[in-house]
Amino acid sequence: MYELLAAPFVEFDFMRRALFGGIALALGAGPIGVFLMLRGMSLTGDAMAHAILPGAAIGFLIAGLSLPAMTIGGLTAGVVVAILAGLVTRYTALKEDASLAAFYLLSLALGVTIVSLRGSNIDLMHVLFGTVLALDDAALILITSIASITLAALALLYRPLVMECVDPVFLRSVSRAGGPAHLIFLGLVVLNLVGGFHALGTLLAVGLMMLPAAASRFWSPDVTGMILIATAIGMVSSAGGLLMSYHAALPAGPAIILVAGMAYIGSLFFGREGGLIYRLVPGRHLEA
Amino acid sequence: MSRAAIRFDNVTLGYDRRPAVHHLDGEVAKGSLTAIIGPNGAGKSTLLKGVVGALQPLSGKIGLAEGARSRIAYLPQAAEVDRTFPLNVYDLVAMGMWSARGLFGAIGRADRARIEEAIAAVGLAGFERRPIGTLSGGQMQRSLFARLLLQDASLILLDEPFTAIDEKTTADLLNLVRRWRDEERTVVAVLHDLDIVRRVFPQTLLIAREPIAWGETDSVLRPENLLRARRMIEANDPFALVCDRA
Repeated sequence: MYELLAAPFVEFDFMRRALFGGIALALGAGPIGVFLMLRGMSLTGDAMAHAILPGAAIGFLIAGLSLPAMTIGGLTAGVVVAILAGLVTRYTALKEDASLAAFYLLSLALGVTIVSLRGSNIDLMHVLFGTVLALDDAALILITSIASITLAALALLYRPLVMECVDPVFLRSVSRAGGPAHLIFLGLVVLNLVGGFHALGTLLAVGLMMLPAAASRFWSPDVTGMILIATAIGMVSSAGGLLMSYHAALPAGPAIILVAGMAYIGSLFFGREGGLIYRLVPGRHLEA
Repeated sequence: MSRAAIRFDNVTLGYDRRPAVHHLDGEVAKGSLTAIIGPNGAGKSTLLKGVVGALQPLSGKIGLAEGARSRIAYLPQAAEVDRTFPLNVYDLVAMGMWSARGLFGAIGRADRARIEEAIAAVGLAGFERRPIGTLSGGQMQRSLFARLLLQDASLILLDEPFTAIDEKTTADLLNLVRRWRDEERTVVAVLHDLDIVRRVFPQTLLIAREPIAWGETDSVLRPENLLRARRMIEANDPFALVCDRA
């Protein structure tokens, strides 16, 4: 048991760092994912994750695999695409999902092209799938700072974010906080994706956000519960994925997302809140 | 200080320069109960949106009693609430505390007592932990009225509050409207049931894009007025000219 669960982390520094990074990521990404899902923006998260790629790629082009350059590039690109997609939706006939799909395909193609201009295929793999087993101090500090900022900001914005999902007209009738809250929230999404990108790459960063969130919906009837469960699932997936990759010699990033994916599929079947089995075999009906 | 809760000054409201409410003049007195009636598409909801400030008038001015903007409670037509959201009745009703507690204010023990009270007042005691997705239409409307109670507003705007609501629930909710009247709050409600209008609302505004009649309910609800309202054309003339009435 010890060999299976603890030894890899006790023996290897890079495993401990990866576990620490994964747990910190889950802290921020879990709640963000829950809100993305509740706001009907699950695909927005995906699109923004891709949008980060060209920015990070330009950072890479200028400075190589440098943390600050790629972070700043990714942040800038993420914010720009979020704003552009919003503008296109507001001022043209295109619905938001279509404009996001357009932006995300463009970003992906552009990003891959830019990385290939200078780097090798290995560099490309780094950018797309991350390097969770090679997180240095700077990256860990970045990830934990982002998680802290996220939790503090969400605590402050909790009311308007929930109210805007449930009853936007009501929120508008009592307050002007809805608009700014939404913008700050989008900013937090980009921040967390940039944090996740260093560990899991642009393609998988969103996985630790959406999979635990989607799974949590099957376990809790309220937002607080969902946030706690999503965060827990994210943390357990990080640990489980790292162990799986260690023992079975699998790539670590995809292993983490696979474990999260299994948690989702398990919840889909066994979840108490509208899971499949509960739906199909509900037991005999009650008196009242 | 005038006695008016709302003053309409030659107000025209609409979308894309096309008026939905045309040249409305008049006042809603403080503490009065006013019904707004008229055929579908007459501009009733548009008028309420104008008062809330969700829609800017194309021309004219809507004046509110001092400080009233922050003390309006507005109940839009039913469909606006996302019923799939994982939220229970208690939390939905508690949103009404926003005007008192705002973005960060703590909901204290006294506030919680008020929330419980409001839920009991609409007859939903025992339903606090029920997810809003499991409520019937009537129960949902009761919860929304509980939220209105907590908002403690001086001006309460209701958009078709009793549409698709059964008699018992309607009667209970109308009692709340009477309670608001006794507390000298101003209530403006868009309604279709003329029977309710006659029984509960002393003032009536009949509109059909243009104001047809406004005043004592009995004098407004005369057959000739209702007939005029019914003849309203659902005008959407692509060649409409610019309106030059003052």
